[in-house]
Parts: sequence; C-alpha cells; structure tokens
Amino acid sequence: MEGLHLEYYLVVSAIMFFAGVYGFITRRNLLAVLISIELILNSVDINFALFNRFLFPGQLEGFFFTLFAIGVSACEAAVAIAIIINIYRNIRNIQVKNLQQLKD
Amino acid sequence: MNFLSLFVLVPVLMMGGLFLAKTLKQIRVVAATGASLLLALAVGLVFAYLGERAAGNTAEMLFTAKSLWYAPLHIYYSVGVDGISVAMLLLSAIIVFTGVFASWSMGFLEKEFFLWFCLLSTGVFGFFISIDLFTMFMYYEIALIPMYLLIGVWGSGRKEYAAMKLTLMLMAGSALLLLGILGIYFLSGESSMNLLELARAYIPAETQYWLFPLVFVGFGVLGALFPFHTWSPDGHASAPTAVSMLHAGVLMKLGGYGCFRVAIFLMPEAANELAWIFIILTGISVVYGAYSAIVQTDLKYINAYSSVSHCGLVLFAILMLNQTAMNGAILQMLSHGLMTALFFALIGMIYGRTHTRDIRELGGLMKVMPFLGVCYVIAGLASLGLPGLSGFVAEMKIFVGSFMHADTFHRVFTLVACTSIVITAVYILRVVGKILYGTVADEHHLTLSDANWYERTSTIVLILAIAGIGLAPLWLSDMIDGSLLPIIQNVKL
Amino acid sequence: MEYTLLIVLLPLLSFLFLGLAGKGLKPRVAGYIGTIVLAIAAGLSYITAWHYFTTAKVDGVFEKWTPLNFRWLNFTEHLHIDLGILLDPIAVMMLVVITTVSLMVHLYSLGYMHGERGFQRYYAFLSLFSFSMLGLVVATNIFQMYIFWELVGVSSYLLIGFYYTKPEAVAASKKAFIVTRFADLGFLIGILLLSFYTGTFSFERLTSGDTSLFAGAEGLSFMGCSVMSWALALIFMGGAGKSAMFPLHVWLPDAMEGPTPVSALIHAATMVVAGVYLVARLFPVYYLEAPDVLVLIAIVGAVTSLYAAIVACVQTDIKRVLAFSTISQIGFMMVGLGVSGLEGHEGLGYMASMFHLFTHAMFKALLFLGAGAIIHAVHSNEMTRMGGLWKHLPITHLTFLVACLAIAGIPPFSGFFSKDEILAATFHFNPVLGAVMSFTAGLTAFYMFRLYYRIFWNKATHHDHAPHEAPGSMTVPLIFLAAVTLVAGFIPFGKFVTSDSADYIIHLDWVVATISVAIAVIAIGLATLFYRKESSIPDRLATTFRGLHAAASQRFYLDEVYLFITKKIIFNGISRPVAWFDHHVVDGTMNGFATLSQRLSGSIRGFQSGQLQQYVMVILLGALLITVLVVFI
Repeated sequence: MEGLHLEYYLVVSAIMFFAGVYGFITRRNLLAVLISIELILNSVDINFALFNRFLFPGQLEGFFFTLFAIGVSACEAAVAIAIIINIYRNIRNIQVKNLQQLKD
Repeated sequence: MNFLSLFVLVPVLMMGGLFLAKTLKQIRVVAATGASLLLALAVGLVFAYLGERAAGNTAEMLFTAKSLWYAPLHIYYSVGVDGISVAMLLLSAIIVFTGVFASWSMGFLEKEFFLWFCLLSTGVFGFFISIDLFTMFMYYEIALIPMYLLIGVWGSGRKEYAAMKLTLMLMAGSALLLLGILGIYFLSGESSMNLLELARAYIPAETQYWLFPLVFVGFGVLGALFPFHTWSPDGHASAPTAVSMLHAGVLMKLGGYGCFRVAIFLMPEAANELAWIFIILTGISVVYGAYSAIVQTDLKYINAYSSVSHCGLVLFAILMLNQTAMNGAILQMLSHGLMTALFFALIGMIYGRTHTRDIRELGGLMKVMPFLGVCYVIAGLASLGLPGLSGFVAEMKIFVGSFMHADTFHRVFTLVACTSIVITAVYILRVVGKILYGTVADEHHLTLSDANWYERTSTIVLILAIAGIGLAPLWLSDMIDGSLLPIIQNVKL
Repeated sequence: MEYTLLIVLLPLLSFLFLGLAGKGLKPRVAGYIGTIVLAIAAGLSYITAWHYFTTAKVDGVFEKWTPLNFRWLNFTEHLHIDLGILLDPIAVMMLVVITTVSLMVHLYSLGYMHGERGFQRYYAFLSLFSFSMLGLVVATNIFQMYIFWELVGVSSYLLIGFYYTKPEAVAASKKAFIVTRFADLGFLIGILLLSFYTGTFSFERLTSGDTSLFAGAEGLSFMGCSVMSWALALIFMGGAGKSAMFPLHVWLPDAMEGPTPVSALIHAATMVVAGVYLVARLFPVYYLEAPDVLVLIAIVGAVTSLYAAIVACVQTDIKRVLAFSTISQIGFMMVGLGVSGLEGHEGLGYMASMFHLFTHAMFKALLFLGAGAIIHAVHSNEMTRMGGLWKHLPITHLTFLVACLAIAGIPPFSGFFSKDEILAATFHFNPVLGAVMSFTAGLTAFYMFRLYYRIFWNKATHHDHAPHEAPGSMTVPLIFLAAVTLVAGFIPFGKFVTSDSADYIIHLDWVVATISVAIAVIAIGLATLFYRKESSIPDRLATTFRGLHAAASQRFYLDEVYLFITKKIIFNGISRPVAWFDHHVVDGTMNGFATLSQRLSGSIRGFQSGQLQQYVMVILLGALLITVLVVFI
C-alpha cells in the first residue's frame, strides 16, 4: 500500500468517469447508455471510498455512501431495464434517437 | 362571524352541497336555495346599511372586520361596505339568482357547471366586500379562472378560442394590476394593504404617474376599455347563458369598480393629470361599440358590442372626476348589469328554442312567444335610455355630470358620448324590428312555446329591478352620493 | 288643485292594468276601462280649467300654480329633476285639448278597432300615450318635459308599429323613433347647455324674466352666435323633430301606417304640437335671450309650411294628404311664435299660435277620424278608390266638410280666426313672410278641397258592396268635434292664453282677413273647377309642370336623401368599416400577439430536442465553461 498514492486511484476513476460520459453522449443504444451510467456511478463510488480511506481514516460515511450508491444503481438498473424492455415492446427499437414520442 | 363574510360563505357552502348532491333535482334545490339566500342577504344588507346611515353612523365603511392573513406583507382579510359596494352586492345577488334560474335546464354536467358557477360567485362577492388590496386581487382572480372552464366546456361556437382569448387577455390585465398593487404597497410608504389607510397615505406624484396607468388599464381590460375590449364580443358570444349574464352583468363591473376604488381613490393626482388619455379611449369605446353593434348579425355580438359602448360610458364617467358623473357611473354599472343580463337571458331563451342567433334567420317572434318578445322590447327600451327604466337615470347623470366641465375638451367628448343615445336607438330598434316584428321567418318557429316558469322568474326579477331603479332612483343615488364624498375629496386635494 | 294629479295618474294606472291584465280581459271590457278612465280624466281637466281660469287671475294676470312638485333625482345642489304639476294658461289649455281629443279617439276606436287582434294592447298603449302627453304638458321643469317627451316618443313608436306584422308599419315606427331621437339629442344638449349656465331646470325660474339668471352665459359665443342662442336653437331642434319641421319631418307621413285613430290623436292633434308647446313654454327665454332663434323658428316654420302644402297638393293617399297638411299647419303655429313679441299687443303671434294649436287639434282630429270612417267604409287609403261617397256616408261627409272649411279659413269656422291672427301677426312682422304664409293658406284651401271633392264627389268608383256609414261610437266623436269646430272660433281666447298672461283684446285686422278669405275662396273655386267633376285639367297641369309634379309627389326626394345618409353613410360608410376595423385591426392585433408568441416559442422549441444525450453534452460544456471561468478569471 505504501507506493499506491491517492492519485493513481483517482486517475483510474477519472478515466472511468469520462469513459462513462463519452459513452453516454455518443452511444445510440439505450443499453449502452445504461452501461455508461453505471460506469459513471462506479467511478464516483471509487472516489467516495478513496477519499474516506485516505483523508478521513477511521470514519465510515464514505463507505456507507458507496454502499447506498451501489444499492441505488442496482435499483436504477432494474427500473431502467424494465423501461427499456417496455419501450422495445412498444416500438421494437431501443435506439435513443427514435424516442421522440414524449416530446410531441 | 361578520355579517359580510356570509356572502363568501354561502357560495362555498353551496359548493359543498353540490358535491354531495346526487340527482339533478338535488342540484337544482341546492343552487336555488343558495341563490335565494344570497339575494335575501343582499336585500337585508341594503336595509341594514340604510338603517345604520339613518341612525347617524358616518364611518366610511360599515360592518368592518379584519383578521390577519399573511403577516410579512400585512395582508389582512378585511371586509367592509359603503353605499357603492352595497349597490354592487345587490346587483351581483340579483344576477346570480336570475342566472341560476336561467340555467335551470343546462342539459349536461349540471353539477360541475354549478360548482364552477358558485366559485365564480364567491370571487365576485368577495371582491366587492374586501377593502384589502391583496384580498381584493385574490378574489378577482378567483372570479376570472372559472370563466375559462365555463366557456370552454359549456359554451357554444368557437368556444375554445373565445375561452382562451378571454382568459389570456384578462390575465394580462391582472399581471399589470398585480404590478400596480405591489407598486402601491411598496411605494406608498405605508406598510398596509388596506384601501382606507392607503388613501390617507401619500403616494408621490411621480410614482402615481406610472402606477395609475397600470392599475387603470389592468382593471380597464375587464371593463372593456378600447382597444382591449376584443375578448368581450367573442367571450360573450361563446359563453353559456348564465355565464354571459354573470360576466357582462357583474364581472365587467369589477373592472369599473376597481378603476374607481383603486385607481382613482388611491392616485388622485395622476387621475387628474392623466384622465384625458383615458377619456379619449373611453370616448372612442362608447361610440365605437355602438357603431360596431349596428352591423352585427349575431344577437349576442350585438349585445356584446352594446356592452362595450355602455361600459365605456361607465369608465368615461368615472374619469370625469366629479360627483354627479361618478354617481352616474355607478348607476350605469347597476343599470347595465341588469339590462345586459336580461338581454343575455332572453337571447339564451330564444336560442334555446330557435337554435339560431342570426337575426337574418329570425322574425315575427312576438307572435310566437309574446312574453319573451315583450321582455326583449323592455330590455331594448332600457338599453336605449327610456325614462322610467334604469338606463335613463344613469345616462342623464353621466351627461349632466360630464357637462359640468366647462372646457372644450371635456365638452366635445361629452357631446360625442351623447350621440351614442341615437346610435343605440338604431341598433336596438333594428334588432327588435327584425326578430320580433314582421312575419315569422321560419315556419318551424310557429310551434315554439313561450317562457317556462323558471324563465319567467328570472326575467321578471330583472325587469322589476330595472323598473325599480328607473322609477325611484333617488334613494339609490343618495346612498351612492354619501359614499362618493371621500373619493371626491381625495381627488380635489 | 291636487286632483290634477289624477288627470295624469289615471291613464298610467289604466296602462298598467291593461298592460298586465289585458290578456285576461274581454276586448270590449278593456276598451270600456280605457275609455271610462279617459272620460274621468277629461272631466277633471274641464274642472281644472274652469277652476283655474276663474280663480287664478290676480291683478289681471294669470298666476302659475304648482300644486305638486317633488324631487325625483339629484344632480347637484341646484340641479335636480323634479316631477310635478305646473298649471298656467297654456298647460291648462293643453290638458283640455289632450283629454278631449283622446277621449274622442278612445270612443271612436271602440268601433274602428272592433275585432282587431291586440285590442287590449291598443288601449293600453293609448293610455300610456295619454299619460305621457299629459305629464309633458304639466311639466314643472325642462327635464321632466324631456322625460315625458321620450315617453310620448315611445308610445308613438309602439302605436305606429301596432300592426307589427306589416313590414311598412315596422319600418315607419323605427323611422319615427330614430328621427325624433336624433332631434332629441339636440334637445338634450340644449338642456345641458341651458342648465349649465342658468343652474336650473325649472320653467318658473327660467321664464320669470330674471335676466341675472343668464348672466353666466353673457359674452360667450361659439361660431358667431351666443351660447344661449345655441342652447335654445338646439332645444328648438328637439321641438322641430317632434313637430315634424323641415327637414326633420320625414317620419310623420310614414307614421300614417299606424291605426287611423292613432294618427288623429298623436300625429295630428297632440304629440306633434309638443314642439310648438315647448317653444311657447320657453317663449320668454327665447324672446329675451335669443331673438335670433325666434327668427330662425319663423323661417323654419314658413319653409315647412310652404313645402308641406306643395307636397300635399299631389299626394293620393288621403292620410298622407292629411299628414302633410298637419306639417303645414304646425308650420303656421311655429311662424306665429317666431314673429311674436312678448308684451301686450306685440304678443299677437303667440296668442294666435296657441289659438291655432287649439282649433287645429279639434278640426285635424276631426279630419283624421273622418278619414278613418271613410277608410273603414272602402277599405283603402287611395283617393282613386273613392269618389261619390257623399250619399253613402252623410254624417262623415258633413263633418268632413266642416273641418275642410275650418282649415281653409272660411268664417265663421274656427280655423279662420286663428289662422287669420297668425297671418296678421306675420304681416306685421314682415310683409314678405306674410305673403308667403298667405299663399300657403291658399294652397291649404286648394289641397283640402281637392281631397274633399275626390273623396265625396268626382267620379263614383264601383265597390263590391255599398259603403255604409260607420257605427254610432264612431260618428258621435265626429259630430262632437264638428260642433267644437263650429263654435271654437268665438272663444275669447285672448282672455285666457296670452304671451304675458294678461288680457288681450282681439281686433280682427279686416284687410288681412278680407284678403285671406278671398284667397281661400279663389283656391276653393279652383279646386271645385278641377275636382268637383271628373276633369282633365289636373292631368294637363301635371304634364305641363312635369318636373315639379314628379318632385312634389316624391316629396322633393328628401326621403332618398335620408336613405342615402342612413344606409350609405352611416351603415356602409361608418359602421361597416368600424366593424371591419374591430375584427381585423384590433382583434387582429390581439390575435397577432398570440401568433407571435406561438412563433417565438416555436423557434426556441428546438433547444428542447428531447435528446437526453444532447442535454448532457450541453451540461458538460457548461460545466467546463464555468470551470474555466472560475479557474482562470
């Protein structure tokens, strides 16, 4: 653990975060978008855990937050997939650009 | 519990009763009972008021009560009446009463109709009893909103368009109004929303100059001030009978009353200085409405334009800023309220039978429905200012009062306004001659029936009120005169 | 004198009763109620007249009595409308005239209107009219007069339009109301001006001769005339409308669409003289404050009189002839007032005018009722459908002849005395005007006898069934009015009604009298020559003066002018553009605002594409931008 500075972890999480953002913006498939969101959430989870571990050792708020976020993302994934399945049933397609019915 | 709050409470209770009512009969019973109760209350109020005055009570407002409502802005629920509001309350009660009977057989969604109708009445009554600016404004909004649904759902013709137009224009007016009210509140230096306290406070003249137009136009939109009157013909034409009655009969009076109670009362200097602009506009309203009415072919449009002309006269007289003309303005509000309600009621009844309001398709109805025909003639005569009916009293007061100004500007506009009595005669007689006299235009009309008992109730009450004011105007005009003094003194300062 | 109130009030009660309960009554009962009420009112008027003329004279001058006056509406401290009763010689005379003629018409209508639909309504309206007219003449102030002025206007409207299924009647009633309403606008403005400067509506104060009352208006002028002249001229405009003075007379001939007894009552004897009465009522004000307006009145009267007499010569509808004759005679009365002075013998014109009003009411009512009996017999208004009726309608014939002689000014019939005095006053004022009026008087004799001969003599037309004399209820009024016409000329009118309420001793001006009788006789002679038997002279004359004849029978195209003004200018020229403006410009602007905001929101709607990824992109860029801003600036 001695050699592993906070920055190394942060770089990984930053790469994960921006990969997620990139994926979220560019992917056309809803499932891929969902996966990108998971990436973003996970990168944030890593940050929570890291900051708790390195900056406030002996306290647990960051870890709890991480656990919460994992729970929430699990629920979110479940709901989102349900919605996606429903959308697929309705329009036989899960491409983002085709989802325009709510707008009109 | 203050006696005046009953005016708001009764419609609210009516709404409660309507929620519980199941059958059409129950709905009618609730509506009729409530409306009769309101009428009785209003008549009682008139006697109570006259009694108090006779007993020597000289307070500006009688039967006052207040309770704090929202402390940070000093908003009170404060009520009180003077002769003018008593007169307006009586008018509203009569119109609500007759309106209920005029919509006796609505045909569909009666419960919802009466619910909204009661909400509208709540707003109207609340407006006239309030002496707190914000409470007044709130009731004003309560009266406006139900209009949208009442016209949009139960209306006829281009009802969605009309409802939207009416609501939007009136809302734009109330936006100006809200601005004006907040301006008055913050710039008067008095931490109060109470009209009487604000009137004693001094609003700097420069501030008045820009607040006055806001408030006057804000209320003026509702009072059919040219060129913001166009919601009125479309709105009235599309609205169901009782709503037209209430709207032209009472709601448009909210505009006149507000102009007078808020704009003139609180900002006398600006009123003196800026009156000329609005005298021009209202002068145009008077003649313009009358000329427009001549060429219309839809009965309701004719009446709506006639309302523009008559309500223009109300605002015109208010701006003359002297006692006689203002008294005339209040009388004109009453008189126009009653006769236009009568007109709309009759038009509704005729339309309900013939299914057309186009005067080119009507004719000879006097023979088929003599009762309605006679009532229509009486309404027409009241509208063109026949002595013995209410219109004459009001118009004469306005003309004599306006003519007291010795300068050319006021005189010219008074003369212009006077010409409306001729033009009014033209369009009224045109309609009467076309639809009532002559031969029956459509043979299907020969089998039509005359008025029912509920239709008779509603028209007879209105005619009695019109003739009552027309024959014995002195008590009413004295009652109003007494209450005008504070306002006149404020203007003269 | 409080009982005079009943004279006014009884017809009102009768109107309310017949109007509300009339439908439940038998027609005959309704007619009797109306007639009896009017008979009581007439009796009371006679008592009033007797009472007044015997007791009201103090120091040789009639006092004004105000038995009743209460406040009806306040304007300011000084200006208020009162309702009340003012009795002075002209008011009392009018009470007598109105109740008498009205009673005769009520009685006559029992026969004439028998079996008509709406018989009860007819009597209700007659009562309403009697009430309004009586209220008008006893008015204590000018505003009360205006109130009742409007009410008579409405009763006239209702009665002209009595046959409301007939389009002509409806159009005529509308026209009558609107034309008089237009004139009333002038009246109203005149009242406003007058009351503004004098601070009172009261006749008693206005006519007291107190010039300090008018001090406020002194020196003020507008377009070269003093303010008082304007006020009084405008008030006269109101009178001119009601009294059918040129050019506001167009409604009266059309008003003949109403039932004939109504024409006799309203459009011959009573309501149409309201304008004369108005001027007479305010005469001291006119004389002292605006003598120029009096000249105007005289000229308008003379023009009207001549114009109507010319037109009457060529009309073929007997009621129209009588209508134009009425216009012409009212013109005489106006001239009488216009040329009159105020004091003593200067006041001949005033006295004569009132006298003529009185006699004219009687014989013109007689003429109309006679015409009604004729129409009743032949079922037509057209002269061409008549002729040789004298043997079928003996009573009508004789009474009609009496009236014709009276209006032509043949002594000893009443018209001679009153008209002669007007002519004398006019000659005294201005010989040219006098000559014009004498010529008009000649024309009057001519067209009346043209009418008389074409109805009763000339060539008898064939009728399906022989015309028969009218029933007793119709002939009794005829006989009564004929009797009045025979004796009325000998009433010492100067003892009762004069400009200064003092006695006036009438001297016949023999020169004027001889000339006018001679003119009348010549005119009657001509009429006899032309129309006694069938003759080709009238046709030859008509072809010789083709233009004049055509113009006169079209009433000099005045109706066309009016039609042009109302239809083309007001309806098409003002109202349509105003309505267009309202619909397209004002409304268009409002709709334009709506469209504009819709467009605007449409154009920024693209930003809200609904594409989540685009939103995130924008959020990201925004976050970056803010970061850059925060970090580097």
